[in-house]
Amino acid sequence: MLYIDLWKRVLIWLVCAAGLIFALPNAFYTRVETHNDAVAAIEVRGENPDLLAAEAQWPSWAPTDLVNLGLDLRGGAHLLAEVQVAEVYATRLEGFWPSLRDALRPERDTVGGVRRVPSPPEELRVRIGNPDGMARALEVVRGLTQPIQSLSGVGSTDYVVSGQGDIMVVTLSEAEQRASDDRTVRQALEIIRRRIDAVGTREPTIQRQGADRILIQVPGIGSASELKEIIGTTARLTFNPVISRGGDPDANAGPGEMVVPSLDEEGQYYTIETAPVVSGDELVDAQPSFDQNGRPAVNFRFNTTGARKFGDYTLENIGQPFAIVLDDEVISAPVIQSHIPGGSGIITGRFTVEESTNLAVLLRAGALPAELTFLEERTIGPELGQDSIDAGKIATAVAFVAVLVFMVLSYGLFGIFANIALILNIVILFAALSLMGATLTLPGIAGIVLTVGMAVDANVLIFERIREELKTARGPARAIELGYEKALSAILDANITTFITAVILFVMGSGPVRGFAITLGLGIMTSVFTAIFVTRLLIVMWFERRRPKTIEV
Amino acid sequence: MRLKLIPEDTKIDFFQRWKLWFGISMVLIVLAAVSFGVRGLNYGIDFRGGTTIRTESSTDLDIASYREALNALNLGDITISEVFDPTFDADQHVAMIRIQAQDDQEAVSAELIQSVEDALSAIVPDIEFVSVESVGPKVSGELIWTAVQAVALAIGAVLIYVWLRFEWQFAVGAVIALIHDVILTIGVFSELQIKFDLAIIAALLTIVGYSLNDTVVVFDRVRENLRKYKNRPLKEVLNISINETLSRTMMTSLTTLLALFALIALGGDVIRGFVFAMIWGIVVGTYSSIFIAAAILLYIGVKRDWTKPDNNTGNQYANIDA
Repeated sequence: MLYIDLWKRVLIWLVCAAGLIFALPNAFYTRVETHNDAVAAIEVRGENPDLLAAEAQWPSWAPTDLVNLGLDLRGGAHLLAEVQVAEVYATRLEGFWPSLRDALRPERDTVGGVRRVPSPPEELRVRIGNPDGMARALEVVRGLTQPIQSLSGVGSTDYVVSGQGDIMVVTLSEAEQRASDDRTVRQALEIIRRRIDAVGTREPTIQRQGADRILIQVPGIGSASELKEIIGTTARLTFNPVISRGGDPDANAGPGEMVVPSLDEEGQYYTIETAPVVSGDELVDAQPSFDQNGRPAVNFRFNTTGARKFGDYTLENIGQPFAIVLDDEVISAPVIQSHIPGGSGIITGRFTVEESTNLAVLLRAGALPAELTFLEERTIGPELGQDSIDAGKIATAVAFVAVLVFMVLSYGLFGIFANIALILNIVILFAALSLMGATLTLPGIAGIVLTVGMAVDANVLIFERIREELKTARGPARAIELGYEKALSAILDANITTFITAVILFVMGSGPVRGFAITLGLGIMTSVFTAIFVTRLLIVMWFERRRPKTIEV
Repeated sequence: MRLKLIPEDTKIDFFQRWKLWFGISMVLIVLAAVSFGVRGLNYGIDFRGGTTIRTESSTDLDIASYREALNALNLGDITISEVFDPTFDADQHVAMIRIQAQDDQEAVSAELIQSVEDALSAIVPDIEFVSVESVGPKVSGELIWTAVQAVALAIGAVLIYVWLRFEWQFAVGAVIALIHDVILTIGVFSELQIKFDLAIIAALLTIVGYSLNDTVVVFDRVRENLRKYKNRPLKEVLNISINETLSRTMMTSLTTLLALFALIALGGDVIRGFVFAMIWGIVVGTYSSIFIAAAILLYIGVKRDWTKPDNNTGNQYANIDA
């Protein structure tokens, strides 16, 4: 007979109540959002009256999880960037050259003089004076390489060294390239995150996609180009030995040398060694400050290895000039007056206070390890998002009312039961979306509307079945029971197949499509729950109270 | 008094003219294929790369002057169209500008977008660029491949599920019906030249899900009736099953369509193509689950000799009790 255990009843009502409670914050969206922002701000900056007032807009004991609004609803910018991981190889080889040169210097008798020759960026080519000494040279250089651990090759090293005639070729090993790629992308991701956080926008999404891509979504930002400016500003600081200075931009630079312009002296060019003594990667801190003359400057400090390298270099090259190079422009090229131990220093130039502050921030955030190219960019204006929300709200409301009226017209009292379940369905769906921190997109709203349409399907299946059973079964109670029993396999099969497509959409899709898959998938689960459990409970409760002899469905 | 979409106890013979329906579907599929071959799909930038810019201004829109301003920039193929929608305000004039992917460029160029925005701002001072989207050719190639994979994977997964839960004949019927729906939907998109983008792929997959939903409900009843009427001819059993589920089929299709019509009328132009695909899919999906899926089942026949009675009865979920 029609009977539902008490604990099941309690459980069903508890789920519905939890749905109501956790969906509630979405009804007061702006308020809860102000509250959440205030709480976050208090944590960072401490309390102040404005923030406390904002925080008080929503009680702290109430749930605060909201459905995130996607870029298409809130407006904002979306970028898909590809990290040019191969650039790092060149930098690595650049760093390898000085140690190679130094290692071969004591072997001059067998190897002869060592000179760098022009090469593609992913290789380092060195000509040795005495080709007969190649075997010895290879041995020495291979001694510099480090063994690395990888799944593919035991005993592989980070650099691969080979010799042909009098030319020695050094490249990064394949395993090392893969490891380097991974590090580069992770580093880029971290730096992008820090730069975007520094601007302080709400809920940015910064995700790695595939081997070398990064997806960046920032709601509320004006445009994609603005976002690119924030993340794209590189500040690559290096300290390079100066070879000569002059006014000729096309000055003849030897291998391993390059000509760079001066930042603030028009027409002044420096020929410097490409291999830096120390680079900005080894900075631990940079602060805006003033020099002895009261002009804006930037104080910096190196980590221990950087400090040692810098100290050694200054000790050995007193009286020589060295260049402070920022993004391929020489900020200044002071002459080393004395040994600088301790690894801290000051950059002076013709800065304004603002420029020195910016420079310090840029140096602290670190440089992107490699260039980014942008494969996809989207800007959605906030007005368009608001229009979409408004249109979506109206459409959902109209769709909802139409379905509710239609159900009552078709099934009478049972239609009302189905409608209560439908409303609870939407409520629980929103609660689930909020708790998961899921993102609602415009196709996601369409998914909800579709759920509204399809959620009634399960009830329709049951009600139609009850109608059929009423013709044959003994009495209404038995008809209701049989109706639920026999409709179940159709309901489950139908919903499982739709759920399969939702899962595939979620796995394969991205952005808005994924938002649609989430609402569709969750909608299927909640609609099956409300149709099978909630309407059934409602009908059973009604039946227990009234004990009708006949029912009309 | 109850609203009844169809009278009780219908006894429509759905297979009286099944060859005719089959023929119609075949012709439609051929037409869809021809349209696809001749006109091709109107791919959005998701699939062929390029830039779309949505502009809004309060002054009347003069597409010719837009075109003139942009032609000066030499950007290749540019389409400009005005967007109309009942949800717009009276002085809200919206245009969509689409610029082809520039050759020789893997990535998206910021200068290009800036130059377009500058050129348009020069002729329409109050113009606003409410959305700007660019997709590089590298990504768009991948996106289209992923989309094809997604649809194929969905159909494959469904084939396996229906095969496991029913018999292979049911799976064949269901999948042919699905392919029928997908082809006709693509045909409509190529014939009407509606923009085909990533969201439409989502709609296609939903159609796959929905059409299947319908087919499975009919099949579920067929399976039940095959056991109930062991000695009746298959055609009769199919007819009984479709008639019994007809009321539900119409109810569900109609409620879903009600919701979707609300969305297409009031949901704004951004998702109109998406909702259109779904409406079309529901109409086609309902048709195909009766006239294609069931007809295929009739054509290839079903194993009626249940050597293991009631073991594989499909109602294995029926013991789950609330």
